[in-house]
Amino acid sequence: MRRDHLNSWLLATPLTIILTVFLILPILLIVAVSFWTADEFSFRPDFQFGNYEYLLGSAVAWKVFGLTMLMTGIVWALTLVIGFTVAYFLAFHVRTLKWQMVLFLLTTIPFWTSNIIRMISWIPLLGKNGLVNQTLIGAGLIDQPIEWLLYSSFSVCLAFVHLYTLFMVVPIFNTMMRIDKSLIEAARDAGANGFQILTNVILPLTKPGIMIGSIFVVALVMSDFVTTRFMSGSQLANVGRLISNDVGLLQYPSAAATSVILLITVLLIIGAMLRIVDIRKEL
Amino acid sequence: MSKMRYSRRSILKGGAAAAAASAFPAPMIWAQEIKDVVLRQAGTGVSAFNDVAAKVKEDLGFTLEMTALDSDAVTQRAATQPDSYDIADIEYWICKKVWPTGNLQAMDTSKIANYDKIVGIFRDGKLTPDSVIAQGTAPHTVGFVEGPGSSTFVQEESGWMTLIPTIYNADTLGIRPDLIGRPIESWAELLNPEFKGKASILDISSIGIMDMAMVCEAMGEIKYADKGNMTTDEIDKTIAIFTEAKKAGQFRAFWKSFDESVNLMASGEVVIQSMWSPAITAVRAQGVPCVYQPLKEGYRSWGGGIGLSAGLTGLPLDAAYEYINWYLSGWVGGFLMRQGYYSAVPETSKLFMSEDEWGFWFEGKPAQGDIVSPQGQVIEKAGAVRDGGSFENRMGKVACWNAVMDENQYMVRKWNEFIAA
Repeated sequence: MRRDHLNSWLLATPLTIILTVFLILPILLIVAVSFWTADEFSFRPDFQFGNYEYLLGSAVAWKVFGLTMLMTGIVWALTLVIGFTVAYFLAFHVRTLKWQMVLFLLTTIPFWTSNIIRMISWIPLLGKNGLVNQTLIGAGLIDQPIEWLLYSSFSVCLAFVHLYTLFMVVPIFNTMMRIDKSLIEAARDAGANGFQILTNVILPLTKPGIMIGSIFVVALVMSDFVTTRFMSGSQLANVGRLISNDVGLLQYPSAAATSVILLITVLLIIGAMLRIVDIRKEL
Repeated sequence: MSKMRYSRRSILKGGAAAAAASAFPAPMIWAQEIKDVVLRQAGTGVSAFNDVAAKVKEDLGFTLEMTALDSDAVTQRAATQPDSYDIADIEYWICKKVWPTGNLQAMDTSKIANYDKIVGIFRDGKLTPDSVIAQGTAPHTVGFVEGPGSSTFVQEESGWMTLIPTIYNADTLGIRPDLIGRPIESWAELLNPEFKGKASILDISSIGIMDMAMVCEAMGEIKYADKGNMTTDEIDKTIAIFTEAKKAGQFRAFWKSFDESVNLMASGEVVIQSMWSPAITAVRAQGVPCVYQPLKEGYRSWGGGIGLSAGLTGLPLDAAYEYINWYLSGWVGGFLMRQGYYSAVPETSKLFMSEDEWGFWFEGKPAQGDIVSPQGQVIEKAGAVRDGGSFENRMGKVACWNAVMDENQYMVRKWNEFIAA
């Protein structure tokens, strides 16, 4: 008993050390710096709420937080619908395990190149003189190139969905594969139609997968700054860009304060999501 | 300490060498130790060429490690991590921000062989005796300090230089003449509704605000006392004009890096925008017509230089001086002039350029034969003339230098609001 006790402590130690040094300490440091004072390009320890006052009193900051949440909501809904559909197809319509794995690996192909390359590859496709516009003009459907295809909220959203749908597919597919097929047979025997099986059996049983996927997508979209910068041609702002601008201009305390608020926002959202579904119980 | 090491090593080398080393220590030590010296140079990408590092190794024997960062990151590093570099390759306005941190040391101009040949812009501020000094952070205003260890800039040539000028240029708007189809003569054209959805400006606040100011002044909307040091009221008005234009859809995108500006222009997404000289060359190299349009209100100019880290002493410091003297001795100047920049000591650069190259890049004469980039690409055919003409024509029409304002923090916040608007 005593030995087991020691063993579990030892086993937990490496992770504890890594998390403490590389996660908890940096976060504490960021919280501490968020109370510091900064001038032009130097900053010094202090304890004042000026950074938060400026942030919470700034109409721009509120607007940017609002836009970030809105974008997160839209991207979450789209990736969920697409991700669920893809996972459903893989898990229930593809019969053999071999093909399931082949098709599953196919969905990961976009991830074989870097994030930046995937984003930049949209530009020759969606630009004013890009493939889409040229095709539409060539087909006589439009006279003028459609400008909102690129450097707009649309293109940012499109890139996010493209980048992050896989984060939904993987956990949902994973939980779906673990659903006991006899449950579906039982439902069918009890007279349920396809739609009823989906809503009454499969959906409730995939909730943990959906939640894990949602946490990934929400956390990634809320904290992004590169995608928004490139896909909007720097015209849209989100919280990540506020922080990166501050860092670029050496305004670390202000960046830290924004980060703390962002962290709290993300934690609240994820907390709320976990209230709806208890992942540990369901897994 | 280090003396001990040298003499011990010399003794180990044998009697003759030891005798020579004790009689004339410096040159021997130089030859033996210099190969081990590594100078770390952190700077903006504009002057970080591997060709330069390779040539340093060849000509001087020591190793130059270059790190290229964007201007914000360089400022940050120069101000907060003095141990991470030996040589800071920064712009003059960055120097104004960074110098007070005490992370850089002033250089003794008596150790700089070609000091007297450095162009006037960096010494008394005047290109020719009757030049008028432009607005903004003119290089000579932050080019000298009282003496070693001083953090006070002085306006005269004190013999202690903050940065040794390396390259500089005059910036203007880049245009696609084929897609515009008419002459462009004023900065005001950037906000001309004719180019709605086809204009761009750079998203680097300190430089972007200056381009904005050039535009607002050209439109006759605002008259600035000093575009390089605006009042909060002037900042508000400037940003308001551009926010209105942004909301009306004037801009296709904003760019932050060199490549983005090249892509916007080459793909035709944008037909008029703030641009840097080598970006124009890069667009032209793709076979796309692009002009660095001289405008009647003049140029927005910038200058870069190298500064020495305060921590540099002993042999590496000697090596750094050697590097600076080499930098001004002509090879680098010729190399940079072929990129479309200007060198601080044009007369030494001339020795490393062909007559045709000198005529094209510096004197604004029509090219006699093909003009080739340092990488060997043909960038101009015979008969071509440089946009804006000669050195005196371009550098003589500087309206404003890149600057850092007293109200910088206020400006940055307003800039962020503009981007978020």
